[in-house]
Amino acid sequence: MAEANFQPTRIPGFATIAILAFVCLYLPIFTLVAYAFNAGTSIAVWEGFSLHWFGKAWANEAVKDATLRSLTIATVAAIIATSVATLAALGTTRRAGFRGQTAIYVMINQPLMVPEIVTAVALLIFFGMVKTWTGYQGLGYLILAHSAFCIPFAYLPIRARLEGMDLSLETAANDLYASDWQTFRHVTLPLLAPGILAGAMLAFVISLDDVVITEFVKSGGQDTLPTYMLGQMRRAITPEVNAISTGLLGLTVILLTAFFLLTRKKD
Amino acid sequence: MGTRDDAPPTYEEAARARSIRNAWALSAPALFVLLIAASGPLLIVLVYSFLTPGKYGNVEWAFSLDGWRGILFTKDIFDDTLQLADAHLTIFWRSVKLSLLTTLFTFLVGFPTAWFIATRPPKARAVWLFLITIPFWTNLLIRTFAINEVIRNEGLFNTVMIALGIFETPLRIINTDAAVLMGMTYVYLPLMVLPLFAAIDRFDMKLLEAGYDLYASRWQVLRRIILPIVKPGIVAGSILVFVPSLGAYVTPRVLGGGKNMMIGNFIELQFGQGRNWPLGAALSMTLLIIVMAALLIYVRAASKGGHGHG
Repeated sequence: MAEANFQPTRIPGFATIAILAFVCLYLPIFTLVAYAFNAGTSIAVWEGFSLHWFGKAWANEAVKDATLRSLTIATVAAIIATSVATLAALGTTRRAGFRGQTAIYVMINQPLMVPEIVTAVALLIFFGMVKTWTGYQGLGYLILAHSAFCIPFAYLPIRARLEGMDLSLETAANDLYASDWQTFRHVTLPLLAPGILAGAMLAFVISLDDVVITEFVKSGGQDTLPTYMLGQMRRAITPEVNAISTGLLGLTVILLTAFFLLTRKKD
Repeated sequence: MGTRDDAPPTYEEAARARSIRNAWALSAPALFVLLIAASGPLLIVLVYSFLTPGKYGNVEWAFSLDGWRGILFTKDIFDDTLQLADAHLTIFWRSVKLSLLTTLFTFLVGFPTAWFIATRPPKARAVWLFLITIPFWTNLLIRTFAINEVIRNEGLFNTVMIALGIFETPLRIINTDAAVLMGMTYVYLPLMVLPLFAAIDRFDMKLLEAGYDLYASRWQVLRRIILPIVKPGIVAGSILVFVPSLGAYVTPRVLGGGKNMMIGNFIELQFGQGRNWPLGAALSMTLLIIVMAALLIYVRAASKGGHGHG
């Protein structure tokens, strides 16, 4: 090896492994998406390009129903989670440390630490009790469960944004006799808006993707898109599932791209 | 302190007290939602683990240790003696083994990948990083389904292999432990790469030149300089992969079939066909305790390493 070309950061074989890892990461996803456009009924043999399966999925009442339910839950849960997470972020940043602060952090991040299956079982038991007491069987349980596990995902980007904002503008507004509410409404909130939007989008994606907790909490006939797909996988798989996955995947990629553009640091 | 108790609070003290009150008041709604739909119900699971199973599922409110005992032992139906439950031990062993192997494999693949990303020029690095983040946020079920598409008997891998004449009959991967391992390695790889990348990104590459200047070999540089410095990232990545692997439910269910259960599926079974809610609750608590212990080790390691915000 020529000494002039010696690059200390290069480790032989690492680049090859990395490229292979990316190929392995994306090949299955591309295959999945490709077969959503297959004209035939097989998910192994290619029989030409077609949007047939998207049409078929959309014509399926159960899929339409599950899509609508997923979007409803994700929207409402994202709004609730983001609202309470914004308040919590305002409460826990930019002030002197106090006793109990760690407890609040642990509590907010708890859904990231406890295995989903454990939370799922806990909610199955607890909501089961509440269902018997109140007789209410509606979507409220799923919305509440989703709101809870979305809180840390909404909280983290909002908190990151707040930590990058110093208090000088708010102090200036106060000095100019703005009320606390005016300061919040016209100074803090506009500055914080990208963080809030980013948090809301993450919460939305996380809610949309959830399988385990939804599977345990849902009452009969409350399938979301992921639990519907999980149910379908037990049967013979048709490209319809590929078409649904592709739709969900597309939505996720769009939201994530928007998220990255929003949180990108301006260098 | 004692003598100053009756003195009126100073302006600073009052402001400080108000600040703390505000902090709690602002956090209260979030804490309330989490209390009723995340933390609180865990206590009910603890209570349920000490009750008696009901005939048709759920529980009877009578104290019993059978739930906890049932984790390791079964009662002989004839003479009521306790015997080690081999089937349960098999499931625990499979869960621990597959989770450890998943952690190992994601590290072996993830470390070179993270290193590769961190050593790209800034613009290319952002693109590679984005490429690893997309699967990270993509629905786990979809990714499990995608890998299933590849390794199924009639899937991409076998179709190609048979078409090329390498295999006569499809290689049976699906519904084996190997399939679950491949699936978990696939779905959890980004969880290993991201913290490793964060650690390598902070690494001062000048140290490598220093090492080579002092006649260290490539292997010595890797072992004696790089690995010790990025260790917090390795610990973080390992925990981030090990914890969800141990509690995995979707991947073993889709790729492992009914027989290759892991703890997560075993817990579900108790609340379904098994109709043994106290055992399910005790298993859930056990899983929670193991996960908390792993996280505690992580926090200890992270604070010892001097990287408070690892």
